[in-house]
Amino acid sequence: MNEFWEAKVKLQWAEPARSYDVVIIGGGGHGLATAYYLATRHGITNVAVLERDYIGGGNSGRNTTVIRSNYGIPEAVRFYERSVELYQGLEDETDRWIMHAAKGLFWLSHTEANRRAELARAAVNQAFGVKTEFVEPEEIARRVPGINMNPGGQFPITGATYHHGGATARHDRVNWALAEGAMRLGVDVIPGTEVIGMIFDRDRAVGVRTSRGDIAAGTVVSNAGGNVTQIADMAKVRLPIRTHPLQAFVTNHYENTFDPIVFSADLGFYISQTTRGEMLAGAHIDPQPSFSRRSQQIFMNEIAGRIVALFPFMSKLRVLRQWAGICDMSPDYSPIMGFTPTDGFLVNTGWGTWGFKAIPASGEGMAELIATGTAPPLIAPFTLERFAGDRALADRGSAGTH
Amino acid sequence: MAMRITCPNCGPRSVEEWVYAEIPIVPASITDPDDRDVDRAFFHDNTAGEVTESWFHLYGCRRWVTLTRHTL
Repeated sequence: MNEFWEAKVKLQWAEPARSYDVVIIGGGGHGLATAYYLATRHGITNVAVLERDYIGGGNSGRNTTVIRSNYGIPEAVRFYERSVELYQGLEDETDRWIMHAAKGLFWLSHTEANRRAELARAAVNQAFGVKTEFVEPEEIARRVPGINMNPGGQFPITGATYHHGGATARHDRVNWALAEGAMRLGVDVIPGTEVIGMIFDRDRAVGVRTSRGDIAAGTVVSNAGGNVTQIADMAKVRLPIRTHPLQAFVTNHYENTFDPIVFSADLGFYISQTTRGEMLAGAHIDPQPSFSRRSQQIFMNEIAGRIVALFPFMSKLRVLRQWAGICDMSPDYSPIMGFTPTDGFLVNTGWGTWGFKAIPASGEGMAELIATGTAPPLIAPFTLERFAGDRALADRGSAGTH
Repeated sequence: MAMRITCPNCGPRSVEEWVYAEIPIVPASITDPDDRDVDRAFFHDNTAGEVTESWFHLYGCRRWVTLTRHTL
């Protein structure tokens, strides 16, 4: 029995009822986590999670599974640190093995300017109790296996921050653990059901039209990734989102152990080793907006060259699989969570290239917002109104590669 | 197969020779200057379909072209 069936056979998908207290659009990690925390923390179980494809088939199944909280602004450090904590406890809480692996993460700088930026990152992280420290090149050479300290002569490594909380988890298992936990308490998780319109009573959203009939809802929450603009259009909400593809790949088995996660923002990629021994690499987003999930040879050529420059051992490996996900990029590289100008319609979006690590914390925060009507302090800064109010949360330098 | 863009000078060229530029946004009507400015600064149509946009042939003849592209 492989891991898919081991986890999946227990799940029985629901048929849609005609009415729910909360309808969540999008059956990925964020939607399932919102349902999970509504059920477990607030006793709200008359909830449907609608997914047009299969559960976890969007970005929750296409990301590169990195968990970290080494952000550059206080609001983000606090929020993501909560997510790191929740991930650490998720296996005990759900009684499901999500293959959580604490690894530690090196975030490299290749210029003097970025060395200063990393010193600042370590300071901001430490101010909020997050263990991130600056490390000198000699230590990087000793601790990162197979690294070329002067790649191509063009990008000498001038330092790095080492983030103790860096971790990975098996993305599919996170989805299934949350889905199962929510379903056990009575939440309906419904794949193969596409939302095609919104039902209004005057100006308030009171339900959704789906490919399998109308469903009434006390509250509608969009947790859609990538296609969130089309959902928001139905709810007459305009979003500051552009959708860009991000491509990634894994190689065949690498026979040695590669412990840490390594980011190079200057070279535009990051790598880690999966539990199966594959080397997993993600890259920057495509510069032009697109909803296409096609992989491109041109991407592979470019990114492989850079990876081999920093890690010469990668030249002996072969690419096993290549894929793309579509990322909802916000203008300030921070997420958007909370109310919208349309009554009864909430969004949890703008997860760009940094969504997987935030799944539990965004689910917990959104569940509390839906249950109480008040945004908890951890997610309160990330409102949609922040743009009109000149309170953007700019943190591009922490988004990884983009 | 990588995306190709046809340059009036050079013919069809691979996308890596080109730099993507902003989608020109022209408001249909202006009713409130403040809302308009917020919208222009942050908000996007993010069209899933045909868009009109500019590309610059940076690693070629350095010509600007305006084209329509399907984003699906």
